[in-house]
Amino acid sequence: MTTRDGDAFAGHDSVFYCVNMSLLTLSGISKKFDNGTQAIARLDLDVADGEFLSLVGPSGCGKSTALRIIAGLLTPETGMVTFAEPKPPIGFVFQEPTLMPWATALSNARLPLDLNGHHRGEANDRAARALARVGLAGFEKAYPRELSGGMKMRVSIARAIAAEPKLLLMDEPFAALDELTRQALNDDLLKLKREDALTVIFVTHSVYESTYLSSRVVVMTPRPGRVAADLALNPPAERDESYRLSPQFTGDAGRVSVALKSAMAAA
Amino acid sequence: MKRDIGFLRYLIPVVVFAAALVLWEWRVHASGISPLVLATPSDIWTALFEHWDVLGPALLFTLKITAEAFVLATVAGVAIAVLFSLSRVIEWALYPFAVVLQVTPVVAIAPLLLIWIGYDNVNEVLVVLAWIISFFTVLSNTVTGLKSADHNLTDLMKLYGASRLQILWRLQLPSALPYILTGMKISGGLALIGAVTAEFVAGSGNDLGLGWVITLSTRNLDTAQAFAALALLSVLGIAILFALTGLEWALLHRWHESAVKKQS
Repeated sequence: MTTRDGDAFAGHDSVFYCVNMSLLTLSGISKKFDNGTQAIARLDLDVADGEFLSLVGPSGCGKSTALRIIAGLLTPETGMVTFAEPKPPIGFVFQEPTLMPWATALSNARLPLDLNGHHRGEANDRAARALARVGLAGFEKAYPRELSGGMKMRVSIARAIAAEPKLLLMDEPFAALDELTRQALNDDLLKLKREDALTVIFVTHSVYESTYLSSRVVVMTPRPGRVAADLALNPPAERDESYRLSPQFTGDAGRVSVALKSAMAAA
Repeated sequence: MKRDIGFLRYLIPVVVFAAALVLWEWRVHASGISPLVLATPSDIWTALFEHWDVLGPALLFTLKITAEAFVLATVAGVAIAVLFSLSRVIEWALYPFAVVLQVTPVVAIAPLLLIWIGYDNVNEVLVVLAWIISFFTVLSNTVTGLKSADHNLTDLMKLYGASRLQILWRLQLPSALPYILTGMKISGGLALIGAVTAEFVAGSGNDLGLGWVITLSTRNLDTAQAFAALALLSVLGIAILFALTGLEWALLHRWHESAVKKQS
């Protein structure tokens, strides 16, 4: 238990003193789809403000379902998602870039601002800034079909950060990219997270990607998904190529790998 | 080598078409077929100029009926499809009517329409008949197009608090645009077919369209004039197709795969 910035709770003294630092809590979440598939059995998870949490697990274990439930795009069968007050603005990045092909990179990045009724000029400025931050300055007028897979994903990330979210949900965003592009985007993502003090929930298949990015890795069991292991990592704030070769990284990756294997074996 | 192929792309059809005309001309002369049965290309060419006082206004009249039916078909097709996408109940309730209109032979409706709309309003009857023939393709293409919007983008828009209308305007309609344009291309041709067949079955009012010119010419055994009218219909149909293909290119070439030139 700890106190937090009181501004948001002005006038609510009783709340002020007993709020912990978690940004969101999943309690007793289960999800069964209409076709009878039980995607998630029971998921309890507490996500702290500023965490970089990776959800790792085999295909079909309900990672993406969990992400969509957090975003409010799916309704859980049982359980609930509780957010800190005020509810943090959410950005979402899919595995596919999911861009509007008829719109330029700038218009794509501007989408959340347009939907929220921002003035065109201000929205353009913010979207252009977001594109510049993901390394796409000069590509504002490019259409998605003129961009490479990595660049499209950068537009997708620019769109997510243009609305200045506090919570960023990412569903295997780099899975379809080549290794070097993926590593470059990993580093850029860490930089964005640092600069914007983001909380990130990142779904991935990759043990190494989750180890490199995360301060916490949650390993899920095969379907129906539950938490099999919850590992706290302590990576340095600044990470680069040398970190990938460090004993700490290989040790952490080993722990994640072992946890994943035992989750699979226990199922 | 590539440049040669591009050149042949246009040369081959022109040469083959010209050869077919020559063959036609020669065959009719050689076999002594009566000009009342089959006119030669040169007869048709002559008839085109000799009867231009009849054919010219008839062309304009058919164009007018076609254009009115086509615009109505496009507007109604897209509007009704949008209505369907906004309410599934409306779609379930009204789609059967659209299907009935589509599958009922227009020839069978013509006499009733003449009674309802009136024999002194034949032009309206023609437009309605041509509209019935041409509107369903716009409707069904637009319905499919509106449903083809990326589900993840729809989710994303919902996440950012988009209203139903924002999703329609910013996502569904642009996604449907290639489908709408395909529907319009087919509809343009159907509207012309509708305008001509409507005249066959509903007759002509004070004005004379190409369909009625063909009917009268064949009754008078003026085969050359009937062929001339037919040729004008072909030219009109091709012009409509070209215009709509141009519109499609203008709206899609920046982004849609179908209209993007392949890099080589």
